[in-house]
Amino acid sequence: MYAQMIKSTGQGVKTLDEMEPQERAFQERIDAGGKIEPKDWMPEGYRKNLIRQIGQHGHSEIVGQLPEGNWITRAPTLERKAILLAKVQDEAGHGLYLYCAAETLGVTRDDLTRDLLSGKMKYSSIFNYPTLTWADMGAVGWLVDGAAIMNQVPLQRTSYGPYARAMVRICKEESFHQRQGFDIMMKMANGTEAQRKMAQDALNRFWFPSLMMFGPSDADSVHSAQSMAWKIKMNTNDELRQKFVDQTVPQAEYLGLTVPDENLKFNEETGHYDFSQPDWDEFFDVLKGNGPCNKERLEARNKAWDDGAWVREGMMAHAEKKRTSKIAAE
Amino acid sequence: MSDPLFEFLCRMGDNTLVLGHRVSEWCGVAPVLEEDIALANTALDLIGQTQLWLGLAGEVEGKGRDADKLAFHRDVWDFRNVLLVEQPNGDFGQTMMRQFLFDSWHLAYLKALMSSTNEQVAAIAEKSVKEVTYHLERSTDTVVGLGDGTAESHQRMQNALDRLYPYVGEMFLSDDVDAAMVEQGIAPDPASLREAFDAHLAEVMAEATLSIPTDDFAHKGGKTGVRHTEHLGHMLTQMQWLQRAYPDATW
Repeated sequence: MYAQMIKSTGQGVKTLDEMEPQERAFQERIDAGGKIEPKDWMPEGYRKNLIRQIGQHGHSEIVGQLPEGNWITRAPTLERKAILLAKVQDEAGHGLYLYCAAETLGVTRDDLTRDLLSGKMKYSSIFNYPTLTWADMGAVGWLVDGAAIMNQVPLQRTSYGPYARAMVRICKEESFHQRQGFDIMMKMANGTEAQRKMAQDALNRFWFPSLMMFGPSDADSVHSAQSMAWKIKMNTNDELRQKFVDQTVPQAEYLGLTVPDENLKFNEETGHYDFSQPDWDEFFDVLKGNGPCNKERLEARNKAWDDGAWVREGMMAHAEKKRTSKIAAE
Repeated sequence: MSDPLFEFLCRMGDNTLVLGHRVSEWCGVAPVLEEDIALANTALDLIGQTQLWLGLAGEVEGKGRDADKLAFHRDVWDFRNVLLVEQPNGDFGQTMMRQFLFDSWHLAYLKALMSSTNEQVAAIAEKSVKEVTYHLERSTDTVVGLGDGTAESHQRMQNALDRLYPYVGEMFLSDDVDAAMVEQGIAPDPASLREAFDAHLAEVMAEATLSIPTDDFAHKGGKTGVRHTEHLGHMLTQMQWLQRAYPDATW
């Protein structure tokens, strides 16, 4: 899940009877499974909430290039290097679709970029963790993309048309990303002793941060209740986390790796795994900017933006010259 | 001299490998999102071409080395890329000027290779031409746009051209390997492509309002492997590290 702790109006969910006719028609359309399109009327809270959510998702794709970019130049085979390049290219493309979807809500990509660079808008906490060995490329694909898919698959049915359509395309590519991650883990887990050690170490470091991607329990959150009523959030954080654990634990067993949770156990009664919660203090520290790589990630993005200023200005100036000379020629 | 066909294939594959690696160093830090995508795409094409060229080189050599073995287990003196492609990225202008100079040569050379007497060479060239046509289109647009942009972008592009121009000549040097390729009808004489390159360069640089240096001194030593720049060794320490540190592993 690339959007965490998204605030809605904070007012609680209104009943249909409490709504003005316009809002009521809007809500009834959502309840009936209809899509809201950019030119349709929408409550201000819905619009703002979506900008935050889509923007944060887009930022996560952009910042998410960095931990993987960290290994592109050290990828161990030409094939792995090509796959990783293709994946990172997809992620930049996802950032682009998502920013475009956000732009339909009346915000510009430059506004969003400014808010990312200043730290005002967040990106997923997971990208503030370092990638230390090649196995981390496997773990990121397997666990991080796996967790993202849990959230993104239901979002294909989200109420906002441009977001739902962006998600359809993104999901296709994400499932390839997850498969390539698992494939790396298979190679590592079945490889030499050093490779198995790397694979286990990657799982140890990424397991709990992956569980944090879903955000803390929001069963009682007014923000979540509103987002769910608007169908811009389709499941609670706990539901998705459980689904992720249920799916991932047998995969870890198949790999012969140990999930770093002593309390992990299949519960015959519920048909689900019982598991330990991640350290939520650590999660809030990361959100506050105190994760292992927060400073590096934002510095890297700011440096890229600042270093690129002359390029953007140069290209704009050239486009303007072309435009004026074209007018003069006419 | 080892088998000239093997040497020729290593030259092709090492050019795309080293440039592909350099371009991939841009991951996530381009000036604008569209450039992140375009740079990753270019790197991906070049690495794909490397798999084909070095794969064929390994087959021709017949000593059981595959593309990965050649890419990750040779040292600097075995590399056969031109010095231009191992030059550091510098700023975005230097990266794109290097790309433009290489693409201009690369496309012309690949087009000639499409009629190679070696069917596999012709097939790789045909696939590559499609990709490199786009590379050249993009690098040309960028060089023109930034050359004829603001005063700052103009100056940076002029600096990039001045810095890189001494590495242009090596792409057109002919040696015994080239002579053998010409004789077998496998590849053209690189020197024969110079005139068209110069005409194209003059045209694009005029549009970009950039001045081509008058001194045509050319560094050499990359395609023969005799004397690479110091930069290649550092690139290899990063690129080959995992393979070298864990030689028993498969990935």
